[in-house]
Amino acid sequence: MTANLTTLGSGFSLNLWNDLVSMWHYGFMQHAFEAGTIVAVIAGMIGYFVVIRRLSFAAHALSHAGFSGAAGAVLLGLNPLVGLLAFTTAGGLAMASLGRRAANRDVQIGTVLAFMLGLGVLFISLYKGYATEAYSLLFGEILGISSTNIVLTMAAGLVSLLGVLLLYRRLLFTSLDEDVAEAKGISITGINVAFLLLVALATSIAVQIVGVLLIFALMVTPAAIAQRLTHRPLEGVAVSVLIALLATWIGLFVAFYVPYPVSFFIVSSVFLLYLIVRLLQSRSSRA
Amino acid sequence: MAVIEAKDLSAGYQDKIIWKGANFTLSRGEFVGLLGANGAGKTTLFKLLLGLSQPQSGELKVLGSTPTKGNPRIGYVPQRRFIDSDSRIHAIEYVRLGAYGNKWGISLPNTAKREYEESWQALDLVDGRELANKPLFKLSGGEVQRVFLAQALIGKPDILLLDEPLANLDIRREHQLTRLVHAVAKSQQVTVILIAHDINPLLPVVNRIIYIANGKIASGKVDEIVTSETLSDLYDAPVEVLRDSHGRVAVLGVEEAMHHDS
Repeated sequence: MTANLTTLGSGFSLNLWNDLVSMWHYGFMQHAFEAGTIVAVIAGMIGYFVVIRRLSFAAHALSHAGFSGAAGAVLLGLNPLVGLLAFTTAGGLAMASLGRRAANRDVQIGTVLAFMLGLGVLFISLYKGYATEAYSLLFGEILGISSTNIVLTMAAGLVSLLGVLLLYRRLLFTSLDEDVAEAKGISITGINVAFLLLVALATSIAVQIVGVLLIFALMVTPAAIAQRLTHRPLEGVAVSVLIALLATWIGLFVAFYVPYPVSFFIVSSVFLLYLIVRLLQSRSSRA
Repeated sequence: MAVIEAKDLSAGYQDKIIWKGANFTLSRGEFVGLLGANGAGKTTLFKLLLGLSQPQSGELKVLGSTPTKGNPRIGYVPQRRFIDSDSRIHAIEYVRLGAYGNKWGISLPNTAKREYEESWQALDLVDGRELANKPLFKLSGGEVQRVFLAQALIGKPDILLLDEPLANLDIRREHQLTRLVHAVAKSQQVTVILIAHDINPLLPVVNRIIYIANGKIASGKVDEIVTSETLSDLYDAPVEVLRDSHGRVAVLGVEEAMHHDS
């Protein structure tokens, strides 16, 4: 699909508005913006809780499990998204079973992660054809997203959104003050299971955009920036979503005119912002 | 009515007894120091009171009922919290969790307004208004404890359980925080149980001591419990209690005392 871009995009003109309008004429770009917007909202929102619960590594591991699932689905002749969802969900449940201190189970999560990747490699080697769909999940393939996948993404996005809205205050309490939350009668295991299932769902849809290897770009970095900039959790969620949205839109727009992958531009823009924020904050704290 | 009542209470996990034979009755407004070595089972008593674990045997009543999880009449400040230096969430947001944290959904604007009002009132009780708009990592140990004390005071509880709030504080701040808790307990008529390693900062304010050692638990007035006889009996080893001219107490094992004598 990147090859298409090289033929379609011939660099920016001096009028960015015109560039935007001409880009918008292409159906696949409209699909990309639709899917990208849904994914950015969900990843930015769930990502905020991933960061404050210190589950970044768990989210990363879930995305890798998703890759193996997608490879398995390709081997069985199924839609890779089905395998992706099945494996991330199973991974989420397995992590929740590690107990309340899942964030501190790096060794166990890392071990399962390595095994999952091994499975993925096996599934791909067993597949006789060329597993393009599974490979595309490694780096994301937003420009090739189909209308069916947009509907699926929208449905998964709605479930995630409703899940977070329903759990919001309990999620926040257990994220920031687990022991008191438990004393107040909240089931820590129940919240962990529910949240990791939401992460699994969000991961499944986010990897379509940025891929397994770059999931941090949408799920962790915007939230990491937001928690450094905001003083209230709800503002944190909003800023995290906004950063993920802007990065996705910028990535899509730039990649239309510059022949490099969308995910590279998304990752680069959030990384750059993260660096700027850290630099400014370290300067102001020294001042 | 007794606020907390224990009769022949024992605690433990599976087949292991941590301590047994607890008999005490605490009244409204009492300030109780809970003392004992690391691993003696002090936090275990809190877990029983919070309904987070069940007694091995005996009877425990909190405000006349068997303890259950999520009792809104108990305010709890646990031992340690992870404070993320990357997070800029203001202290008042942590206080506010005490008001709404266990609810479903998201706070509507009018509910949020009420939650903030309650949080400010709780911060006023601990003289912590100026801490409200600072991130936790910028606060000192004593200030963080005041914030969490405010959180525990939301909803006007009848009982406050404070797990080692004096840990890592210097002597001056230990005394400040103890005096503050005492003043709050008195003004709000709250029964306080405060876990500490050192009895000295508590001496000016406590009405009662619960002491756990060697699987046994004793309760009484300070003068009844912190004596060489009682503590030697609790530890199953000779213990010496020394008092200086200010009434401060040092509890020494006999080997330690002999070592200092020599």
